[in-house]
Amino acid sequence: MNLSQAIIELIWIVLGIIAIIVPVMIGVLAFTYAERKVLAFMHVRIGPNRVGPFGFFQPLADAIKLLHKEIIIPAVADKFIFILAPVLSIAPALAAWAVIPFAQGWVLANINAGILYVLAMTSFGAYGILLSGWASNSKYALFGSLRSAAQMVAYEIAMGFALIGVMLAAGSLNLSQIVLAQSGGIWHWYWLPLLPLFVVYLISGVSETNRAPFDVAEGESEIVAGYHVEYGGMAFGVFFLAEYSNMLLISALVSLFFLGGWLSPLQGIPGLETWFAWVPGVIWFLIKIIFFSFLYLWLRATFPRYRYDQIMRLGWKVLIPITLIWIVVVAVAARFNLPPWW
Amino acid sequence: MITNILTQIIFYIFALGVIGSALMVVSAKNPVQGVLSLVLCFVAMAGIWILLHAEFLALILIVVYVGAVMTLFLFVVMTLNLDRSQLKRGLVSYLPFGLIIIIFIMIMLFYVVGPAHFGLAAYAAPTAQPANYSNVAALGTTLYSEEVYPFEIAGALLLVAMIAAITLAYRGRRNRKQVKIASQLAVCREDRIKLIGLPSEKKHEDTP
Repeated sequence: MNLSQAIIELIWIVLGIIAIIVPVMIGVLAFTYAERKVLAFMHVRIGPNRVGPFGFFQPLADAIKLLHKEIIIPAVADKFIFILAPVLSIAPALAAWAVIPFAQGWVLANINAGILYVLAMTSFGAYGILLSGWASNSKYALFGSLRSAAQMVAYEIAMGFALIGVMLAAGSLNLSQIVLAQSGGIWHWYWLPLLPLFVVYLISGVSETNRAPFDVAEGESEIVAGYHVEYGGMAFGVFFLAEYSNMLLISALVSLFFLGGWLSPLQGIPGLETWFAWVPGVIWFLIKIIFFSFLYLWLRATFPRYRYDQIMRLGWKVLIPITLIWIVVVAVAARFNLPPWW
Repeated sequence: MITNILTQIIFYIFALGVIGSALMVVSAKNPVQGVLSLVLCFVAMAGIWILLHAEFLALILIVVYVGAVMTLFLFVVMTLNLDRSQLKRGLVSYLPFGLIIIIFIMIMLFYVVGPAHFGLAAYAAPTAQPANYSNVAALGTTLYSEEVYPFEIAGALLLVAMIAAITLAYRGRRNRKQVKIASQLAVCREDRIKLIGLPSEKKHEDTP
């Protein structure tokens, strides 16, 4: 490979990154708008309706407001880590998108250890929260980050074990191959044979992103806003972006691991399959992502916040044993090729 | 050609990162910054391992050490109120000892991985693997066939260590004000809520 080829390849990679980051950012903006509208609908309110038609430009107005605000650094804060923390929380949230296959072959980095890469990137997320709480030198912030760190460590284990079940079933760590292993119709997707793992992964996903009903790290009724209480302006905005892109990421991952990614749900149904054959895979994938994103909002509007000790109990004593048992079941089924799935 | 140079540039960036952050671990004023430097050291090391096509080990290093072990380290260091002067005490008196150990380790390292025993003559450069070569499958095959006994023994050792740690930390069932989950779950509506029928207020006759 000579220099010009290397440069062209580099430009293609950068274009690929832009083609992923820009839709994710637009998705985050749409998600914040959807959250307020959906919550308003479920609370029988109107929601934002002043900026643009049906309040559609509200997220843009919010972004402009955040950009104009001053970033205040507390006098006793550790300045370097205080600035570093939001960076550490957004960078892995965006980097993890590199291995997500949006359709057959539509993936930036088709690496063999895709699942491991995703696990590695999501495990970085704890640092942003932990460090922001410590660097702020404020009691509320420290409490928020301590709660969140313990919660993330607990639920990461359940998440990892749930993924081990997926790896066993698919026989691969590559995300595209995991999706292809699920082909053959809606009843071949892993949500059915791996139903306990699907539920565990979904719950730990909500917990990992610190969303309601597991949002004790923010806990606005007890500790104001938790780890980002001292952050203002765009420094807070970056945390906000990281949280929402993490939610979109978890939605995408659940769709990939358990709902067949870009595969059509009509596969294997005579008639319907050919009628809807023209729909590109990325559309099915987006529909699945939107469904899980909606689930986040639905959960937030439905459940009250968990008590902290109950969160810990659920993680360590309920979810982890379930995954351990189901891993054994899946391993036996995959080893002896038990019908109907293996 | 160009990729070779690029690989070398990337290697030296990561190598400098490893050495610089390792120095920061021991010289950082603040223990939290020390822990962060150690995290950076692990990440840079993972980068070097990925350059060597050992992506499984590199990602496991990040998942286990950066994601779990160092998070707990940071957790502990953050909550401890460490006295910095206490940490700096005894630097001079320990210095000769440290220097001797450093020199000893350097000699040993030079002997083991020096050009005489670890050069290209002793170990040929690894051949490039095809693109679909799976690191995970190769490692799994080796671990569960050739190295299965050491692997199982290591697992048993870890289990023993885990049980020992739990036994050491467990101080027996004392009279703690612990939440009883079963009784919490057994609560029904009738235990907590008592509906009292209050008669609605009578209308005053003399109000207009």
